[in-house]
Amino acid sequence: MTGSPSPLLTVEDLRVTFPTRTGEVNAVRGVSFTLGKERLGIVGESGSGKSQTGRAIMGLTPGHAKITARKLAFGDRDLLAMPKTERRALRGKRIAMILQDPKYSLNPVSTIGRQIVETLKTHEKVSSAEAKSRALAMLEAVQIRDPERVFGLYPHEVSGGMGQRAMIAMMLICGPELLIADEPTSALDVTVQLEVLSILDKLVAERGMGLIFISHDLRLVSSFCDRVIVMYVGKIVEELPSANLADAQHPYTRGLLNCLPTIGSDRHPLPVLDRKREWAL
Amino acid sequence: MTLTDSTIATRRNRRRASSLLTAVLRFVVTAVTTFFGLLAVTFFIGRVVPIDPALAIVGDRAPAHVVERVREELGLNLPLYQQFYLYVKQALSGDFGTSVLTTNPVMTDIARVFPATIELATIGTLIGALLGVPLGVLAAVKRGSIADQVVRVIGLIGYSVPIFWLGLLSLVLFYARLNWVAYPGRIDIVYEYTFTPITGFYLLDAAWQGQWDVFWDVFRHVILPASLLGYFSLAYISRMTRSFMLNELSQEYVVAARAKGLSEARIIWFHALRNAAVPLVTVIALSYANLLEGSVLTETIFSWPGLGLYITNSLQNADMNAVLGGTLIIGSVFVGINIFSDLLYRTLDPRTRNR
Amino acid sequence: MSIVEPETRPYSREWLLSDRPTSRKQARLGRAYIVWRRFAENRLALVGLGILILLLVVAALADVLAPYNPVQGDLRNARLLPPGTAGYLLGTDDQGRDILSRLIHGSRLTLLVVVLVAVIAAPIGLIVGTVAGYAGGWIDAVLMRITDIFLAFPKLVLALALVAALGPGIENAILAIAVTSWPPYARIARAETLTFRHSEFIAAVKLMGASPFRIVLRHVMPLCLSSLIVRVTLDMAGIILIAAGLGFLGLGAQPPLPEWGAMIASGRRFILDQWWVAAMPGFAILIVSLGFNLLGDGLRDALDPKEAGQ
Repeated sequence: MTGSPSPLLTVEDLRVTFPTRTGEVNAVRGVSFTLGKERLGIVGESGSGKSQTGRAIMGLTPGHAKITARKLAFGDRDLLAMPKTERRALRGKRIAMILQDPKYSLNPVSTIGRQIVETLKTHEKVSSAEAKSRALAMLEAVQIRDPERVFGLYPHEVSGGMGQRAMIAMMLICGPELLIADEPTSALDVTVQLEVLSILDKLVAERGMGLIFISHDLRLVSSFCDRVIVMYVGKIVEELPSANLADAQHPYTRGLLNCLPTIGSDRHPLPVLDRKREWAL
Repeated sequence: MTLTDSTIATRRNRRRASSLLTAVLRFVVTAVTTFFGLLAVTFFIGRVVPIDPALAIVGDRAPAHVVERVREELGLNLPLYQQFYLYVKQALSGDFGTSVLTTNPVMTDIARVFPATIELATIGTLIGALLGVPLGVLAAVKRGSIADQVVRVIGLIGYSVPIFWLGLLSLVLFYARLNWVAYPGRIDIVYEYTFTPITGFYLLDAAWQGQWDVFWDVFRHVILPASLLGYFSLAYISRMTRSFMLNELSQEYVVAARAKGLSEARIIWFHALRNAAVPLVTVIALSYANLLEGSVLTETIFSWPGLGLYITNSLQNADMNAVLGGTLIIGSVFVGINIFSDLLYRTLDPRTRNR
Repeated sequence: MSIVEPETRPYSREWLLSDRPTSRKQARLGRAYIVWRRFAENRLALVGLGILILLLVVAALADVLAPYNPVQGDLRNARLLPPGTAGYLLGTDDQGRDILSRLIHGSRLTLLVVVLVAVIAAPIGLIVGTVAGYAGGWIDAVLMRITDIFLAFPKLVLALALVAALGPGIENAILAIAVTSWPPYARIARAETLTFRHSEFIAAVKLMGASPFRIVLRHVMPLCLSSLIVRVTLDMAGIILIAAGLGFLGLGAQPPLPEWGAMIASGRRFILDQWWVAAMPGFAILIVSLGFNLLGDGLRDALDPKEAGQ
């Protein structure tokens, strides 16, 4: 993997800036990394810019924001230079994204089946019958036992775990090469989280996708991904393989690690993250 | 999970059936009590308020014994609750008394003039919805832009302008100066005797009978008052559409739809608008009801022979039976539209459809 | 606390925006200041406020500002003069009266209607709504049923019927509009009451032995006020329009009172040739109700930031 000629995704000096009445807010301030067919975790607290990094790669940043990068390339195609329509054709087809809470990220007045078929029909010329059978197959692939029934259900009629599986089906049906998962399990019950993760795990492995897994949960990310990026106030403070997490150098990462509870040890007093101003520089 | 799925499904079906029944029951109870309340209010206005209905009929110079006779005939000597009982009984059988002005039963008069009002309000609502919804969507999508500001100002003026005044000015401009539209009234005097309406909705009737010259004439009469009412409802509908659309466009499912690679047009007109449509139906129904009310003043300006003109004419002649009958009818239609829009809301939103 | 905190000058910006107010007065003023800043950012809302201040000034100084007598005209020399005629900025009507002077004096009637309707209708709605919301049970059911019945009537039509029964005149018009205006206020007050009916502070007051009457009056009602004020402001334009409509139909203020709606009605006869007689009062109505709408919009956005811009 290390010697591949052109990585799946190249991000160099990505910056996302929101103009506001009181001045500019820099959500992402010079993020760089490359991604092959691997699993990359991005960890950070809320406001660290991790979600905005994911959305900038997708091209889903709100219109009034300013995005710059020395390089933002998908394979050898420059994402920032290409016209909007081409960028749109990539979305859902070759780069897909899973959002946090299926309760809000599925359209409430459209059936699950229809929303899955919609992705397919946007990108491929398929007959309705074929679209339906592929959607059913996809529902089966995310381990929904009764795809025919779920196909006709509305989002409010299914549980959170089922909804997130439908979301995964909707985003993976076109077989994307890169998947960005933005806190895909944070809104789910703990027991369901593992189910959904194992489904995601299997699909990513089977289909050979690159994955960017965005989460605030350092332990989850390190157990799920090959590599971890730690972000703080819009910047990468540390990048290291998950296996070497214990060797983290940056005090912020160490602080985060320190906050994780371990069974059997005394947690009194609870450790508090002591932020240093220079981290944000 | 699958083990219990079927039991959950049956339980849900059972709950659906019973909740549908309670929903229908609640509608019926609401409708009945509200209608009863309308009757009570109109009765109160007609009988308790200090105009003696007997005096209104015979005039205040009539000799005392005549007044007394009329009072007896009207049942005014009975205790109030018996009078109310009589009133309700008559109203339920469609008897609102006789109009002093036209000497017809009030109900007959109303049946004659009501289609004209319905026609006007319907065309007005169509104009308001067909223009107001796209304008509202545009304002929401281009939030903060010049287009948004323009839509906002158009709406605010619509909220603030006295409709009878705008009607007068537009008559001066479009009829007197430009002669684009016909003079006040519903149909040209030439056609008054040659044209036989079937349903009372002249546009439909003329088209049905293939009398296109009549159709054109009716159109030239209806277009100005209907546009005014349309503007009135456009103001309301565009504003509400904007607010609903802004709410929908900030939802996560819109982000998801973009992530799927859908075009903006599909996201706006299919995904967001379908969600906004659920509350919008209520708004459009309400604005229809408001136009029935707005027609009172508009019809006066445009000599439109509908319920509004009937009420105002009766008012000028202290014809209380006619006024109260008309009030009651408009109130009932109001209630009906509200209930109808509520039902429609339930069928449009899958989240409430089965509950 | 005040030992560590650097002492800020009372009534300064920092004092107002302090997140640690030291007195109730400072906290209140600080909140008001924040609301005002949000309100003042909205330029259209400021325009609305400006229009209303102008209306108040004009109404207060009507006797000084009006160049002519509003009721008595110059029939011999000044009938139906067009706008811009020397001395008559907005022209004259068929009685030779200066339209500008009539509009200036008419502003008093408009204010009178708006203020009286608000003073009658808002308390009725507040009482009905808070009592229904706080009491619950059958009291709530009955009161809300009555409210819904009044809501079911279209406002203008009900007002028409009422004035027809009571007899024309500005007092009866005000009464009729007030009777048709209170139901939405009751709905709002009830909704607000329900949100904090079971909250801790109500329970605390109850424990201290406060009577339901006192709780509703001293603790529930004040909390309903801000949303009620916004709604009343937003309704003002509608009230003005209904009053004008009643006036236009001859049911409101009677001649020779310079009520704007009635002035349009009297100008209707000359609309084809002397358009200004009917047009000018209409502009006055439009501007004032636009002012109320802009102000109400701005107030709503400032008091309720989650709805801002929607």
